[in-house]
Amino acid sequence: MTPVPDIDRIMPEVILTLTGVAVMLIDASLAARRSRRWLGWIAAMGTTLALWASLWQISLPEGTGFFDTVETSTFTVFFHVLICGIVLVALLLSLDTLPANSHHQGEYYALVVFGAVGMCLLTGAVELLVVFIALEISSISTYVLAGYRKQTGRGPESAIKYFLLGSFATAFLLYGIALIFGATGTTQVYQIAILAPANENHALIVAALAMMLVGIFFKVSAAPFHVWTPDVYEGAPSPVVALLSTGPKVAAFALLLRVVYEMLPSLRTLWAPLLWVAAVLSMTVGNLAALRQQNVKRMLAYSSIAHAGYLLAAFAGIGDLGIAAASFYAAAYAAMNVGVFAVITLVSGYDEKLPLIDDYRGLIYRAPLLGSLLIFFLISLIGIPFTGGFFGKFYSFTAAMSPMNGSAVALVIIGLLNSGIAAAYYLRLAVVAAQPAAPSAAGAAPAKPEIGIAVGAALLLAVAATLVLGIKPGATLHAAQSGAHTLQAPAPGVQSSPLSPIIQATPQAAQ
Amino acid sequence: MAERALAPKAIVVYLPTGRCVEHRLQPTDAAAPKNGELMHLILFLIFAGLCLAGAINLLLQSHPINSALSLIVVMSSLAVLYLLLGAEFLAIAQIIVYAGAIMVLFVFVVMLLNAGREDRTMGSRAAKLIGFPAVAVLMALLATVIVRIQGLGAAQLGAGLAAAQTAVETAAGAQDTSNLAQLSQVLFHELLLPFEVTSVLILIAILGAVVLARKTEGDEPAVERTAAK
Repeated sequence: MTPVPDIDRIMPEVILTLTGVAVMLIDASLAARRSRRWLGWIAAMGTTLALWASLWQISLPEGTGFFDTVETSTFTVFFHVLICGIVLVALLLSLDTLPANSHHQGEYYALVVFGAVGMCLLTGAVELLVVFIALEISSISTYVLAGYRKQTGRGPESAIKYFLLGSFATAFLLYGIALIFGATGTTQVYQIAILAPANENHALIVAALAMMLVGIFFKVSAAPFHVWTPDVYEGAPSPVVALLSTGPKVAAFALLLRVVYEMLPSLRTLWAPLLWVAAVLSMTVGNLAALRQQNVKRMLAYSSIAHAGYLLAAFAGIGDLGIAAASFYAAAYAAMNVGVFAVITLVSGYDEKLPLIDDYRGLIYRAPLLGSLLIFFLISLIGIPFTGGFFGKFYSFTAAMSPMNGSAVALVIIGLLNSGIAAAYYLRLAVVAAQPAAPSAAGAAPAKPEIGIAVGAALLLAVAATLVLGIKPGATLHAAQSGAHTLQAPAPGVQSSPLSPIIQATPQAAQ
Repeated sequence: MAERALAPKAIVVYLPTGRCVEHRLQPTDAAAPKNGELMHLILFLIFAGLCLAGAINLLLQSHPINSALSLIVVMSSLAVLYLLLGAEFLAIAQIIVYAGAIMVLFVFVVMLLNAGREDRTMGSRAAKLIGFPAVAVLMALLATVIVRIQGLGAAQLGAGLAAAQTAVETAAGAQDTSNLAQLSQVLFHELLLPFEVTSVLILIAILGAVVLARKTEGDEPAVERTAAK
């Protein structure tokens, strides 16, 4: 028995769940016309508390709880902090941008917080059943949030598309889990790692790996499985997209790291080429399609597909190097992407009166602060030094070079070419924002967006994170590296766990 | 006696975390009273017959509500068969989940939609012509697979009931070996976290349904006014 109480291992999730329940209950007991905005503050406070609890988990000895179903290690703490941070920014952003008279703000905040429970649990789960349930929690909350703007036709359309395709992808993941169980007789990640290499049912495990990768690629919107992304991002409310494009994706990347590096490292020769292809396709398809977009949110959707590609490139790296680079890129991507969507929410508003790139003309004169922030985040997305995006790409491509073979070099060259293409459309938006507005449009000049306290805090957090990752990446990189180390080494005591009952339980052995 | 010979020797439930709950039916030579065995055989024949009759009636009825009611007969008789084979957990779950919850939902939906008698069409006649041979082929295939893999062994009907009786009789013999005990060991002990987290999943699904099914903002004042009248 572990000396650490099991409940400590899931403390952030417990806090988030309690916050969600509290928000839901208070919302139900308030009079119909009362303002529900302060429920958002409760949700934000709960998330901050959960962030603090994740940091506190570092002091726990590394290990698992609840009968080897959930793990705490530097790796899980890294991703917990990242996800809590993203959710906090998204909540603060929603506080000022959701329509004030909305009757259903309470449910909105509760859904965001419950979604965070799923994402956090996903990064800490070492039992595939928990993985599946956590993924469903985070997915269902985002399906609903994507359809929150029901007044327009696009909202329900995006929610339905996301729901149908997402369920389909989850079914693939579940099928993969079932096949893994069929081949090894267990769904515990460490035990699969031990049993998989010696397994005679090799074909089953290969099929399982392929199925699971399909499911995860969908969640991170990597290239052959990316078609849902632009439609969903365009139809969902902007504050939701800020969450949607970062939180679930970061959690899914943590899951991918766990699946390929911890669960099936022995199949590296199989999954590495698959991830290589997905990385190249994502970068190329994302960037080429983004060039042709007129709608800002669609453009950023394709850009997020391309960024998934850069992140997948890091998986070409061997061992710690690849894991650390992928984790760092996830952090950098989350910081700048949540930032750019925060700016877009403020500029075009919840109702999105200004969806096109041309609508941003003269933004820097109309709203100097927002305009310069937009340009700052775009620069980071391009990957120019002194921003998080630069070091993210740098580490990712350095890791990809580590195998030192022809395909690795080709991957990095394709990646660098893609970064060049990407600069074109990011700069187009930046230049349009810096140009003076055409005099003809002056008659319908949109009002200057107001920046409230909550949104200000959200922007400040995003800017600070992007800058810190770009100027002083050492601390984060160090955390990512020690996280990478804990991911690869199975927790102590796993080898000593009796394997005999599991082997007996496999269908072949039972014969 | 063909049914008896075809019955499985053991019910094995594979569970995650690598453990399997296996309920081995007692071999035929186990000390069981002769009368009880006959009783179990009679019970089996009655409920197997009911089950088959219900299933055939389900297909032949043209009104959906009659079909749904026949399905209840099928589900309940299956539960008795499970009980006879010693799978008491499966039997109770069958009653609560299928015969109870799911059937209520079926009947509810059928009545809500006010579905009438179905028409015999060209397609339905064709389906009947193709359907029966297809079912025969499927049954033959299943039977072949089961016989090939498992072989025909003897199973004792009423093993679960007999075991329960002996447990009651000896009183001290109530160890944790029944499949119910093993199942709860896995569900509430080793897989406690996934079990508990599922409640969050269900909660969020309900919350999401409420949000999606609500009236849009513009409609709300009108609705409230009519409600106030």
